[in-house]
This record gives sequence, C-alpha cells and structure tokens, in this order.
Amino acid sequence: EFSVDGLSRVLMHILYFTSSASMINQYKFEEEEEDADTKDIFVTVDNPESHVTAIETYITYRVETKTTRSEFDSSEFEVRRRYQDFLWLKGRLEEAHPTLIVHPLPEKFVMKGMVERFNEDFIETRRSALHKFLNKIAEHPIFSSSEDFKIFLTAGSGELTSHKKQGPGFLSRMGETVKAVAAAVRGVRSRPQEFTDMQEYVEAFSQKISSIDKVTQRIVREQKEYLEELKECGPTYALWSQSEEELAEPLKNVAGCVDKCCKETDEQVKHLNDHLIPVLHEYVLCADTLKAVLRRRDNIQADFEAKTEALATKKADRDAMRDELDKTEDRLEWANNALKSDWTRWQKGMRTDLRSAFIDTAERNVSYYEKCLAVWESFLQSQRTDAEGNGNVDFS
Amino acid sequence: MRERERDAEQGDARNRTSLLKKMEISVAEAEKRTGKNAVNMQETYTVYLIETRPVDAASEGTNPVPDSLWRRYSEFEQLRNYLLVTYPFLVVPPLPEKRAEFVWHKLSADNMDPDFVERRRVGLENFLLRVASHPDLSTDKIFYSFLTEENGWKETVFETGFQAKADSRLKALNATFRVKNPDKRFAEMKHYGDELQSVISQLLRVRARAADRLYGVYKVHGNYGRVFSEWSAIEKEMGDGLQSAGHHMDAYAASVDDILEEEEHYADQLKEYLFYADALRAVCRKHELTQYELEMAAQDLTSKKQQREELATGTIRTFSLKGMTSKLFGQETPEQREAKLKMLETQIEEGEELVKERNGECEEFVKSAWVDIERFKEQKDHDLREALISYAIMQISMCKKGIQVWNNAKECFSKM
Repeated sequence: EFSVDGLSRVLMHILYFTSSASMINQYKFEEEEEDADTKDIFVTVDNPESHVTAIETYITYRVETKTTRSEFDSSEFEVRRRYQDFLWLKGRLEEAHPTLIVHPLPEKFVMKGMVERFNEDFIETRRSALHKFLNKIAEHPIFSSSEDFKIFLTAGSGELTSHKKQGPGFLSRMGETVKAVAAAVRGVRSRPQEFTDMQEYVEAFSQKISSIDKVTQRIVREQKEYLEELKECGPTYALWSQSEEELAEPLKNVAGCVDKCCKETDEQVKHLNDHLIPVLHEYVLCADTLKAVLRRRDNIQADFEAKTEALATKKADRDAMRDELDKTEDRLEWANNALKSDWTRWQKGMRTDLRSAFIDTAERNVSYYEKCLAVWESFLQSQRTDAEGNGNVDFS
Repeated sequence: MRERERDAEQGDARNRTSLLKKMEISVAEAEKRTGKNAVNMQETYTVYLIETRPVDAASEGTNPVPDSLWRRYSEFEQLRNYLLVTYPFLVVPPLPEKRAEFVWHKLSADNMDPDFVERRRVGLENFLLRVASHPDLSTDKIFYSFLTEENGWKETVFETGFQAKADSRLKALNATFRVKNPDKRFAEMKHYGDELQSVISQLLRVRARAADRLYGVYKVHGNYGRVFSEWSAIEKEMGDGLQSAGHHMDAYAASVDDILEEEEHYADQLKEYLFYADALRAVCRKHELTQYELEMAAQDLTSKKQQREELATGTIRTFSLKGMTSKLFGQETPEQREAKLKMLETQIEEGEELVKERNGECEEFVKSAWVDIERFKEQKDHDLREALISYAIMQISMCKKGIQVWNNAKECFSKM
C-alpha cells in the first residue's frame, strides 16, 4: 500500500529526469506524513476587465500569486490572463499527463438562458470557476510543478505568447490525434479489472451528479416562481389594511412580515445559485474529464497491444520494434500508476468538495427558516402585547 | 322586555345566547346517498348529520345519545334564504361555498372529493353555531325545527310563504339607483363590503397560487431523496451519509401536505368573511330599499298636496293632462271640482298614514340593523385577528419543521 503523497513525490522526481525504463525500477514507495498545512503557494483570480480592440472584445482577469517556492524568482506575481490562456494551460497539462485528472474549466459558451457573454453574473461565475481551477492545479502534486503552470502565473503577456508558440508543432499534434483515433478504433483486449471498475463507477457517478445538478436547478426555478407569487401577498394585506380600523395594524404587520420573508427567500435562492450549483456543475464536467482520462489510458494500452502483436508477426526491424515496444510498455505502466494514484486523490477531493457544499446548503436553509421564524414570532409578540392591553384575545 | 335582554347581551357579543346555553349542536358526519330527484333521475348527493344534545345532560356526565337528523346542503340553503327574508335587518351568517373556488392545483375542485366534503361539514357546523349564538336568529322557530324535526320541515318552512316576501332583484336594483338620501353610515358600510369582498378575493387568489408553487418546491426535494439513494450505492465512505440525508429529503418533501392542509383552514376562515361581506351589503341594500319606498311615498304625498292646492286656488302650476284638456274643452263644474277635492283629501290622508308607516319602518330598520352591524364589526375584528394569529402560528410551525429537517440533513452530510 502506498500513500498518495508518497507516490506523487516519487513521480515528481521523475519529472526532472528524462523518463526511461530503468528509472521506473528505482521507485521507492515510502509512507510519508501528509503535510496539509504547509501550503506554499496562493493563487487568486479577480478583477475582471473588459478590453476592446478592432477585431474583438474580451475579458481579462487578474491572476495574483504569492509563493515561497524556491523555483519561483520572486515571492509575488501579478499578471492578466484571458479565458484562452486558461484553455491553453489545461491543454498543455493534459498533453503532458494524459492519465492525470485535470480539474475542469468553466464552459466556453453559455448555451441556455442568458446569452450575453459580458453579463455581470456570467463573468462572476466564470471568475469563480477559474479561481477554483488554478487552485486545484496549485494543490496537485504533479501539476503544480509544471513549467507551463509557472509561466502561466508569472510571464508577461508577450513572454506567454512566445512560449505558447513553442511546444509540439501542429504536425506532431496531428500525429498524436491520428494515433489516438486508431487506438480507439482498435479497442482494448484485456483491460485490467480495476480500470473497468473505474469506468463503471464513472458512468454511474456521471448520471447521478447530472441528476443532482438538474434537481437543484429545478428547485431554484420553483423557488423563484414561488417568490413571484409571494411578492403579491404583502401588498394585498397592505391594501386590505386601508379599509379597516381595528384590523389595520395587524394587517399592516402581516404585510410587513410577508415582505420580509420574501426578502429572505430571495437571498436563499441566490445562495443556492451562487454556491451549490457551481460546485455541482464542476463535478458534472469532472465526470466528462474522467471519461476522457480512462479513454486515453485505454488508447495507450491498445497501442501497446497492437505493437506487441506486430512484434510477434513481423520479421524485419525486430530490434527497433522491440525498443519501441519497451518504451510503450513503460508508458503504459506509468500511465496506469499515475491514474491510480490520481484517482484516489480525486475521490478524496470530490468527497471533500461535495460534502462541504451540501453542508453549506443545509446550514443556509436552516438560517433561512430561522430568520423567517423570528419574523413571525415578533408578529405574535406584538399581538400579545396589544391583546394584553385590550384584554380580549385568547392565546391558548 | 326582549329589548332590554338584547341590550344586556350586546355588551359582550360573544356571549352564548339562549339556544346554545340549552343545547350542543354539531354536524358530526357526512354520507353519500343516491336517490331519485325531482325529475325522476338518479342522482348522488351528500347528506350531513346534525346532532343536538341538551347542555345540562353533558355537564352531568351522563353523556346520553344525541338526537340527530340528516340534511342536504340544499336544505341549509333554504333555511338561510328563509332567514334572509325574515330578518333583512340582520347580517345573516353565510354558508360554506357551494362549489370549490380559489383552488390551487393539487386540491380537488370536485364536490364529491372527501376533503371538500369534510371542509364543507366543518363550514356547515360553523354556520349553525353562528346562527345559534346570534341574539335574534337563535330564537327563530324555523331554525329550531331545522335542528330537531327531520320530517315535515320543508313543508313548515314553505308554509311561512317567505319566498313571496323576498324582494325582487329588479326592485332592489332600482332602489339603489334612485334613492336620494340613504343613511350615510349604510352607504359607507356598503362601500366597505365591496372593498372587503374585493380584497379577500384577491388575497385568496394570490394565496392559492403561492400554495401551488410552494408545493412544487417541496416535492422537487423528493428527487434528491431518490438520487442520493442511488448515488450512495456506488460510494463507499460517502454511502451512509448520502443515504440517510436522502431520507430526510423525502421527509421534507412529504411535510408540505400537512402544511398546506392547515393553510386551507386559514383560507376557509377568510372565505367565511368574503361571504359575510355579501350579507353585509344585503342589509345595506335593504336599507336603500326601505328608504327609497319612504321617499316614494313622501314624494307622492307632496304631489297630491300640491294638486289639492291647485284645485282649491284654481291655479295650475303643475302640468297635467286633465288641466290641459279642461282648458281646451272648458272648465269643470263646481260639483266636479268638489268631488275631486274630496278624493284628494282621502288620498292625502292615506298618504300621510303611509308616510308615517314607512318612516317608522325605516327608522326601526336603521336602528336594528345598525345594532347588528356593530355586533358584526366586533365579531369580524375579533375573528380575523385570530385568523391572522393562527396564520402566523402556522408559519412558525412550518419554519420549525424546516429547521429540524435541514439540521438533520446537515448531520448526515457531515458523515459523508
């Protein structure tokens, strides 16, 4: 049994060496203590700003980094980044680590509802999701040491643009894609049980988390419609109070209470929208990421199986092919181990995130009912004091 | 003697009056019956069991079997119509609605629906108690026999001939338009009745729509229950927490049924006063009618007196066809004039009697009606205030349930 952090530390070492089969045999799996409190990098995404050029209008966000890590030249950085840059970073991480789990980015386009890209709520939702994305990267034992990540956090816009231009060229990327498609078509012969289990879990999880997302959205819709109707009650009681004498005061009071409850309902809906729904949405996207990761692992295995077959059948170039096969075998072993440890890590993170989101929601609901309770109790209290004055109301 | 008694009792409007002091009244059950109706066709209808029991028997602790009889809604209607015609100066308590209105989506609008029947049973009992506690209505003999005589009541009430005494709608409407000097207080009361009816209708409508929506909010949470349960099946550590949280979500979804049933009771209290507004306006309309008839009689008397004056002095100030014809075809003879004068004198005498009578009726009506209106106002203020308080108590109960459920859910989530 190896701890997540133990393995990840070992894998970290690998990054700084060119990978070779022999290095993998030198893994030492050590039990190490989790040092959760020694967070040495803090990233914030805030301050969205709109930029208008001749060709387009876009938003940039301020990305601030505070760190004590030695690999960084300084302890504080401030850069501006746009959505495209985040997309680039995600792509680089996925390319470098096809079977590690990258936290999802907020979607590129908003399909339903408000279409305006520069709507305030949309920008805020996106900013919050981008903030979470970078923090998840920063917490990840492997990703946080990525050179691309460092450049993303620290480079000026010119430097970033030129760095983006490096990296595998278009043709080599095409080659990878073709290989992937071919592997996908071929399919895997003998997938290890644990990865099949993972796939089944991911399928089920994807369904459940999508359902919960939909249920929550429906609750928000119903609450909003309830609020619309409730908003008419208060004014009706107020209108009534105008025709009455003795009843005017209690009626006005009730009108006030209903209006206060409306306000509380409004805020409760807002909280649901701003806190629970984004988290659920993130994990819906996570499910898709997991499916993609499992697919990529399968492709690597399919590639290995194909090469194994080829070696068995071909006569020429056997040495070169055997070399190639060894490399592929290493690649597969690496991929499997990376996925296994990152899977455990992801599950822990998912459990923490969803648990705290649900707890937060439950607490908010309790607070909502407590506030409404107080409103109506103060009404009762006011009627009691009135009654005691008049001496004609029975509260039993 | 009766007047003094009545004055004493008006000191506290909610005091039990003679009838309720003597007997306990309740509408204990409802049953479906089938039978042949007036045109010999099969119909299904509901009957209600009215139980009465002498008060002293219950207090002695012997608890004898109550007297009882069955009545249909239509018989209650007949009783009320009789009371309306017989006591037009009183605000007669209303019946529960004939058909379910202001329903929100889940509530049935079907008259045969058991919940509707149950709420109607309560409403009918309330009607009987209201009548029995009214200082004047409670002494009515037809009311008493409604409660105690199963057979022959219909004939008895028919024999009073009350239907013939009812004012035609046209007559009433005519009076409303043409009355010149209605009592200001009654005009204001009528206006108040209009406003009350309008605002309570609006409130009932809005409330029904809000109830519908609230139902939706709670019920959708039931889906959480289902999905959490399914999700818990694929999780290891999270499974138990999810599963139990799911149960609380189910409980939350189910709790709305009781909440809305209680609110329906509140709606019924509002509806009673919606219908009371109508009864109040009926009294004001009756005042307009009596006032109008007085004015008509007075006007008629004035015109007759004027005619006498003209005839006596020979001057014609008012236009009349007779006057014109006599001018054209020659004056009448002194004998003819004498005869006419004598007839007019008689008519004037009768007219003065009529005006005196109508004036008395009008004054009597205003006096009695205003006393009952004051009684009604006090009752209304008390009842509606109680209703608002009970509404607040309902809301508090709903909030407490919500706090409990979500605290429980939070605990379960913590175990995830």
